[in-house]
Amino acid sequence: MKNTQGEVWVFAEQEEGKLSDVPFELLGKARELASKLGVKVGAVLMGSGVEALAKPLFEAGADVVHTIDDPALKVYRNKAYRHAMVELVKEVNPQIVIFGATHMGRDLGPSVASALRCGLTADCTDLQIGDYEDKKTKETFTNVLHQIRPAFGGNIIATIVNARNWPQMATVREGVMKPLPREEGRKGEVVKHPARLEGVEIPVEVVDIVRRHSSVNLKGSRIIVCGGAGVGSKENFKLLHELAAALGGAVGGSRAAVDLGYCEHERQIGQTGVTVRPALMISCGVSGAVQHLAGMQDSAKIIAINTDKDAPIFKVAHYGIVGDLNVVVPKLVKAIKGK
Amino acid sequence: MKDINHTPKEGGYTCVVCIKQVPDTKKVTGEAMKADGTINRAALPAIFNPEDKNALEAALSVKERYGGRVVAITMGLPAAKAILREALACGADEAVLVTDRKAAGSDTLATSYILSQAVKKFNPDLVFCGRQAIDGDTAQTGPQIGEKLDCAVVTYLEKLDLDGNVAIATRDIGTGVETCRATLPALFTVTEKFGELRPFEMRRVMKYKNAEPEILDCAAIGCEDDRCGFAGSPTSVNKIESVVLAGGEFKEIAATDEGIGALVAELIKDHTIG
Ligand SMILES: Cc1cc2nc3c(=O)[nH]c(=O)nc-3n(C[C@H](O)[C@H](O)[C@H](O)COP(=O)(O)OP(=O)(O)OC[C@H]3O[C@@H](n4cnc5c(N)ncnc54)[C@H](O)[C@@H]3O)c2cc1C
Ligand SMILES: Nc1ncnc2c1ncn2[C@@H]1O[C@H](COP(=O)(O)O)[C@@H](O)[C@H]1O
Repeated sequence: MKNTQGEVWVFAEQEEGKLSDVPFELLGKARELASKLGVKVGAVLMGSGVEALAKPLFEAGADVVHTIDDPALKVYRNKAYRHAMVELVKEVNPQIVIFGATHMGRDLGPSVASALRCGLTADCTDLQIGDYEDKKTKETFTNVLHQIRPAFGGNIIATIVNARNWPQMATVREGVMKPLPREEGRKGEVVKHPARLEGVEIPVEVVDIVRRHSSVNLKGSRIIVCGGAGVGSKENFKLLHELAAALGGAVGGSRAAVDLGYCEHERQIGQTGVTVRPALMISCGVSGAVQHLAGMQDSAKIIAINTDKDAPIFKVAHYGIVGDLNVVVPKLVKAIKGK
Repeated sequence: MKDINHTPKEGGYTCVVCIKQVPDTKKVTGEAMKADGTINRAALPAIFNPEDKNALEAALSVKERYGGRVVAITMGLPAAKAILREALACGADEAVLVTDRKAAGSDTLATSYILSQAVKKFNPDLVFCGRQAIDGDTAQTGPQIGEKLDCAVVTYLEKLDLDGNVAIATRDIGTGVETCRATLPALFTVTEKFGELRPFEMRRVMKYKNAEPEILDCAAIGCEDDRCGFAGSPTSVNKIESVVLAGGEFKEIAATDEGIGALVAELIKDHTIG
């Protein structure tokens, strides 16, 4: 079962013929892992009429795109996708399979792992290749996948391995891994596989899907102004919108800010919200709880504004302003507009 | 599980809900972390996993609207009886504790195996799990139980109606909201959007204060030993680090016009802002 020459796979999630951002991010990581192992990167593309999506996957780092094109896979359904994926894994025998920790990935990944009786680590924030010694049996394993994730409400960071039952599988949050720069014209091999769904009863029928067209695009923003409980009111959150507008950025919030109704849930940054990595993060009235930091500490530049000089947010900040955001933010707006 | 063509309306629906007792990770403070970076579970209150309350509400609402019964199952230490009693006080009909030393160290694969074996014993029409438990935040156990039961799996449930042996379910798919028809038996993972758990009935609180759940061990539900506990868990924890932030160096900016003006100039110079 253990195929040390097996490919490193990324599940190339798509809806309505459009790839989501996650596969591109995961391919960046998969390339790194595969080059350490000296193996190929594979993307698994499932759906109906999705051949055209192979090209962007090659340009993002895939060497092989395994496609399963079948009308029964047009919309995502657990049983159909699970069955097709399980059969594909059995046929090709990859050594690593990575899913986005999206709603779809968190539905499919566990089901596939359960059917294959292999391990799956949820919501990884990093993946590395390394060795592992089983302390009980003293067995050592080389080149296994180290799956690093926050656990226990973000209070600990655990490294999980899955040394025996391969493939090694993990889900990874959106926005955590970096996509590679697109390599135009980069080519690879398309391998077509059947869905093998004849005689498989699929107990779910999708009747209707209403898409949410979010006006908030935190992940795509180069600059984010993030507010916390310290902003004090919904009314006062307008200050942050003003600052974001002056910078052409977006507004995010801590969970406390969301819970207090200062901003919408889709703006929540952190472990249970979105993970962001903007070029500039301006954090206003946020204390810097670990669960929040988990979603923003990899920002290229962090400016923290807080009245409490001991607030943990300063530990991840590049620039710190100890002061009242009601004074500091208007000054920032003025300085930016007047530049 | 029952045949696809059964007519479950007669006599109502049998619902099983999987509930877990978890340490309250919101209350993690200095004392909750030991010096070696591991968690001092004793310092944390044990609570009814929040989204499992929503799952219980889903099951109770099925019973209320269509008739039937609700069985609450938990796998854990005997202390977990506390949440079973809460479930009974809210309206569950039966409570089951799966407890066995062989189950220790189970990851989600082994946990879902053991729970699926316990669930099968009740031959349910509907199985409800919380979306995720706050100690591990994995959201894996539900879909994995569903795979093992080989029934319809509907995750992120927000709303549910039943029509004979079909469930009409509304679920969050992240990029929108989906409505689907699932043929029973089906397993659902329930989010907080389903609605809050109804309050206790005072009469039931008294009645079930010291109720003893049915206690099952792995053998009683027909588990193979090598699929339980450490033996049945493919994942192992290699390392645990407590999150102690290293005090980083930052440049302090005065909250004055001059200080902030200089900061903006610096950001423009290094192309962070245009
Ligand atoms: C399982 C779990 C998951 C979680 N997930 C997330 C998540 O995804 N995202 C998230 O953000 N949180 C999350 N949390 C919550 C997190 O633990 C914190 O409770 C939350 O981040 C605190 O938000 P805050 O910093 O805005 O509020 P507070 O901690 O209340 O901090 C407010 C800060 O504002 C400062 N302040 C007050 N007035 C002013 C002023 N006038 N000017 C400047 N500063 C001022 C104060 O000094 C203080 O530091 C999670 C918690 C758990 C247990
Ligand atoms: N030990 C357990 N006993 C009962 N139910 C559980 C147990 N572990 C997980 N579950 C169920 O599975 C859901 C998801 O758990 P998790 O995969 O740990 O996030 C929970 O909300 C429960 O409904």
